[in-house]
Amino acid sequence: MCNGYGRRPHREMCGLSKGCLMVHSVTARRRWVAAIGFLSVSALALSGCAQSQRDSGGGGKEGGTLTFGAAGAPKLFDPFYATDGETFRVARQMYEGLVGFKPGTAEVEPALATKWESSSDAKTWTFTLKEGVKFHDGTAFNAEAVCFNFERWYNQKGAGQSDAVSQYWLDNFGGFKDTPDKPSLYKSCTAKDAKTAVIELAEVNSQFPDVLGFTSFSMSSPEALKKYDADNVQAAGDAFTYPAYANEHPTGTGPFKFSKYDKANNTVELVRNDDYWGTKAKLDKIVFKIIPDETARKQAIKAGDIDGYDLPNAADWAGLKSDGFNVAIRPAFNVFYMGINQKNNPKLADLKVRQALQYAINREQLVKSQLPEGAKVATQFMPDTVAGYNKDLKAVPYDLDKAKSLLAEAGASDLTLKFYWPSEVTRPYMPSPKDLFGAISGDLQKAGIKIDVVTKPWNGGYLTDVDQGIPDLFLLGWTGDNGQPVNWVGTFFGRTDNRFHTGVSAWGKTLADDLAKANAEPDKDKRKSLYEDLNKRIMEEYLPAIPISHSPPALVLKSDIKGVVPSPLTDEKFGSASKG
Amino acid sequence: MLRYTIRRLIQLVGVVLVLSLLLFAWLRVLPGGPVSALLGDRSTPEKAAELTKQLGLDQPIYLQYFKFLGRALTGDFGVSTGVQPGDSALDIFIQRFPATLELSFFAIAIAIVIGVPLGYLAAKRRGSWFDNASVVGSLIGVAVPVFFLAFVLKGLASSALGLPSSGRQDAIDATRVTGFFTLDGMITGEWDATFNALVHLILPSIALATIPFAVIFRITRAAVLDVLDEDFVRTAESKGLTAPVIRRRHVLRNAMLPVVTTIGLQTGALLSGAVLTEKVFGFPGVGEALAIGFERRDYPVLLLLIIMATSVYVVVNLLVDLSYALIDPRIRTR
Repeated sequence: MCNGYGRRPHREMCGLSKGCLMVHSVTARRRWVAAIGFLSVSALALSGCAQSQRDSGGGGKEGGTLTFGAAGAPKLFDPFYATDGETFRVARQMYEGLVGFKPGTAEVEPALATKWESSSDAKTWTFTLKEGVKFHDGTAFNAEAVCFNFERWYNQKGAGQSDAVSQYWLDNFGGFKDTPDKPSLYKSCTAKDAKTAVIELAEVNSQFPDVLGFTSFSMSSPEALKKYDADNVQAAGDAFTYPAYANEHPTGTGPFKFSKYDKANNTVELVRNDDYWGTKAKLDKIVFKIIPDETARKQAIKAGDIDGYDLPNAADWAGLKSDGFNVAIRPAFNVFYMGINQKNNPKLADLKVRQALQYAINREQLVKSQLPEGAKVATQFMPDTVAGYNKDLKAVPYDLDKAKSLLAEAGASDLTLKFYWPSEVTRPYMPSPKDLFGAISGDLQKAGIKIDVVTKPWNGGYLTDVDQGIPDLFLLGWTGDNGQPVNWVGTFFGRTDNRFHTGVSAWGKTLADDLAKANAEPDKDKRKSLYEDLNKRIMEEYLPAIPISHSPPALVLKSDIKGVVPSPLTDEKFGSASKG
Repeated sequence: MLRYTIRRLIQLVGVVLVLSLLLFAWLRVLPGGPVSALLGDRSTPEKAAELTKQLGLDQPIYLQYFKFLGRALTGDFGVSTGVQPGDSALDIFIQRFPATLELSFFAIAIAIVIGVPLGYLAAKRRGSWFDNASVVGSLIGVAVPVFFLAFVLKGLASSALGLPSSGRQDAIDATRVTGFFTLDGMITGEWDATFNALVHLILPSIALATIPFAVIFRITRAAVLDVLDEDFVRTAESKGLTAPVIRRRHVLRNAMLPVVTTIGLQTGALLSGAVLTEKVFGFPGVGEALAIGFERRDYPVLLLLIIMATSVYVVVNLLVDLSYALIDPRIRTR
């Protein structure tokens, strides 16, 4: 044991006048030398201690631990109530759904269900379940458990129905049992036998069953849900409180089990599930160490405190690579766009003006100079990995003259627009909002458009103002949840009271209705062609906003971490990871 | 003395009430809010309006305040929306305050241990190269922003000495007793936990210590210089007292009053320095919670933490005032 600290209390007496005087009887020079000597000895002692600490940890106990730098505290551990990436990342390691995503893609593959088939009207789905699967509490996973989970989701009450709580259910399944004004996609679940669950839907939906691959719809142990009061969510003053299940007893079927959340130390610890039904995890443990500051995370990986972190700043990629880290670049599964709000300025309801904006922005240049490697100019509001992407659409080229003449034609040569950009934020699709704004607004000004610049912090007014329709132009984007087009264009334009206020134009309603029709089309190929057509119309006839780019988000790992497959959905699972 | 203490504590209650009202109103007129923080880029106007209503944020501010006050009297200060969503603000404070206290203790200890002797030496050798060098050094200590120093420390010390640059402790098996990680290990006999926590404290406490060190150094130097010129020092010398006795009984004791005041004020001010230091070092204390709380507009946590920080400041100042009596007998007899 290192005794470097043992000497310290004695020296600390100096702060209180008396102890210091002992030193004073020595001659001045010797005192000074002694002080330096003491300091350097202490430093040596400290560094020696730190070193031996590291060495002893390197071998046995820490051998199988992956320490991941998280940007924020997980809200809870029950995936059903999760709404943010940090919460999903932890839950994903412990839970599984009926379906999953093939590592590195947005394609669905079997998970807890080995296969599924639908009735001809695509409203009745029969899932065949994997046998011999057990939850972390030892209870069996079977069709009854599946139905228990669906019924639990559908029967949320009170605060459990809030958008900030059950957001993914509301977005994908609509309402709940006791909300007749808000119908639900889900109708019923029947356990035909132990390994067959039949799910009935109220209508056809293109996202089903892909949607079941979201971490939110993972299977929880019915016993644990009951025992730990899982549905007891309360609105408490300004926020929500969650029950014991969500805070301390998450119980899934995944390769890792919950161990502890040490709040005083800001770490979450998961341990290997030795009874896992599939290939068992190689790591003994995963530790999520919460380091909210991005620069602090970067320094922590360099100092060896953590083995990896998500979303390194694109400006740091090259530096991290040259330091020997593995910067895993994911396929770009997002879109960055300049939003146009038609509500306040009648000129913006004119297609020519919106087209002029599109011609005025030099997107090619912007992608090259402002975005990380692998970024692409967007030709539509979804990347090419989404079904319904229209290959025939070409990027509208930069054409300043065309932009000016279109503005003149529309009688909008003297246009002043309130252009918002967000501070205090980076998003995977928008690594540096300030620089992107600078480039875009510079281009617009060249076309003779006057810009009234407004900047607000992301959570400090930006999103609120955008939601309330205050800006004319704004920067925003989207990271997809799955490879279904409704998750993209449906999210943006599926309603008329959206952020673009497409309801101002007559086509807003047409677009919303046609999107709903496409989503309800049971035939896969027909659906795809409907969306291809919609994408063309969105870009050529409506242009409610200007899609700008798709940028790949990255994940940085130490070079000795193997087996983590970068996912376009950013849903990396560490079950396959190993260290060293 | 007792009456004085009680009066000061009653004043504190008034300060806290007024402050809570101001903060409550101020936080709510800030642009943005917990709703956009909770919903993020998935928000829609409809969802935002619904959630605002559900959380009661659409009610008049005075009504919200009285409700808050009513709950606060029962010990319920609200629930976090951003720092650790779902946890009560009070729990967050209780978890994190020991971390900040621990860090502040080491920082102020470093500042005192180095600042006071150095200040004394500099004053004794006014004008020497040592004096000049340390004055310049202390100026740099005040001038260099904490976050910059923190980066330098992390870059150099962390890679050269292998010191950890983030967090409070590695994820080792440690029993939590008091929340002070260094103490907990001693109590339970888990010395490796204590040691691990100490190693994690080195860099952040040095970073946090620079400003108080510089201030304490300069005040000590100035105070000692003042006292050295006093008549009673000359008298003491002329009546033949030895140098150590003069130093101990006359110079240091008289110079200590302003120094102790400074130490007290600096201890209180450490909390504001801790916001930056804790953020940069990913140290899960009150300062870091304040920083995240502001980013995510976590009203309940911000309100409670700022009130607590103010109370700590007031209490520390009271303790400083009381300590005068120990140092200066004239105050005691009055």
